[in-house]
Amino acid sequence: MTRINVKVDGVDHTDEVEPRMLLVHYLREQVGRTGTVVGCDTSNCGACTVHLDGRSVKSCNVLAVQADGHEVTTIEGIADGDRLHAMQQAFHDCHALQCGYCTPGMIMQSIDLLNDNPNPSEDEIRHGLEGNLCRCTGYHNIVKAVQQAAGAGVGGGGGR
Amino acid sequence: MIPASFDYVAPATLDEALAALQRHGDGAKIIAGGQSLLPILRMRLNAPEILVDLGKVSELRGVFDDGPGLVIGAMTRYDELLSDPLAGAHAKLLVDAVATVADPQIRHRGTVGGALAHADPAGDVGAPALALDAQFVVVGPRGQRVVDGADFFVDHFTTAVGDDEILAAIRIPKHTGWGTRYEKFVRVVHQWSIVGVAAAVRVEGDTIAEAKIGLTNMGSTPVRARSAEQALAGVPIEEGAVAAAVASVAEGTNPPSDLQGDADYRRHLAQVLTRRAVLAAAGA
Repeated sequence: MTRINVKVDGVDHTDEVEPRMLLVHYLREQVGRTGTVVGCDTSNCGACTVHLDGRSVKSCNVLAVQADGHEVTTIEGIADGDRLHAMQQAFHDCHALQCGYCTPGMIMQSIDLLNDNPNPSEDEIRHGLEGNLCRCTGYHNIVKAVQQAAGAGVGGGGGR
Repeated sequence: MIPASFDYVAPATLDEALAALQRHGDGAKIIAGGQSLLPILRMRLNAPEILVDLGKVSELRGVFDDGPGLVIGAMTRYDELLSDPLAGAHAKLLVDAVATVADPQIRHRGTVGGALAHADPAGDVGAPALALDAQFVVVGPRGQRVVDGADFFVDHFTTAVGDDEILAAIRIPKHTGWGTRYEKFVRVVHQWSIVGVAAAVRVEGDTIAEAKIGLTNMGSTPVRARSAEQALAGVPIEEGAVAAAVASVAEGTNPPSDLQGDADYRRHLAQVLTRRAVLAAAGA
């Protein structure tokens, strides 16, 4: 077992973990943050995307021990109390989901995308989400949601 | 728990990392960004006794100017290279290729040195490194040695780096002002290259003065296309002339046949993609 110190959604955690434990399993099973889901287990689908020190990563493709000394933000750490994050609100407003399974990762990657590029074109949004698979929506409303969030100033931009 | 059980150590310095490799011999496996290794561990294709994590070894990270060349630390993440002004100015071909690797999440974690040491022949970093005459700085218990590109890649997933050694950096001679293009052919955008072609071109007037070309997934290692490079020297920047000069680019290569395409198909692709890459790099 290895001792790790990880800040998850603003709260410090000290835990003993097996080195082989994936970050996504640590978040779900040890920290209880089950909002982050396991999708494909192959690092393809992006459903498990979280932010590690502010940048998006696939938490099935990171070991919990690699997060030692770092800060993780999950889908459960972005709302302000009952007030949804502007990206969550945009996904709600634009009906950017059907089954919802890809949504936690899709939202976390969309926030990262706008942090990097506050005013992306449609093409840049589609490429920015290329590591996240949605098998329901055909992506159309997801792209609209990211555009709405960009217009609302997520990532610091003023929108188009 | 999906991977098999292993021990773990995260040294803070290169010397401590080398000591850990000495202590554990060939049961140890280095983890850099882990974006290739984690899938392997999850599928239990490899079962190391201990992982030596280089994530806390800060001396292996960053891009530095050493005068005639750039030194790129092995633990420099793809995303850091993409926004690095030195790399953009002097090693743009490498930046072009790295921009095509996998997806944004992977590029936030994956490292240049990790990809090179992993030596997947379908990986995108080896071909541009070879094309730009990269030298590989390898450290071990007997000190540091510098390995040329021709000697670094040995076979599928096999390099000149020994069990007790670590790839610390690559050194790339500056290619300031060269035109560059990485042409990658894939069915699905974040998958491995079926074939990739890395081309850097120095243009004088209306002709190609010098060209350097590396091929991805055209053999068990990245390949340098020397004969096509020679044929391109002095060629006017015109589609017909460039196509003729690169017609034999796949000669002597030994590409794989798999579900993505057979070897003949890959030889055809190499020719088409080299023409496109050279013309784009030359600004045509």
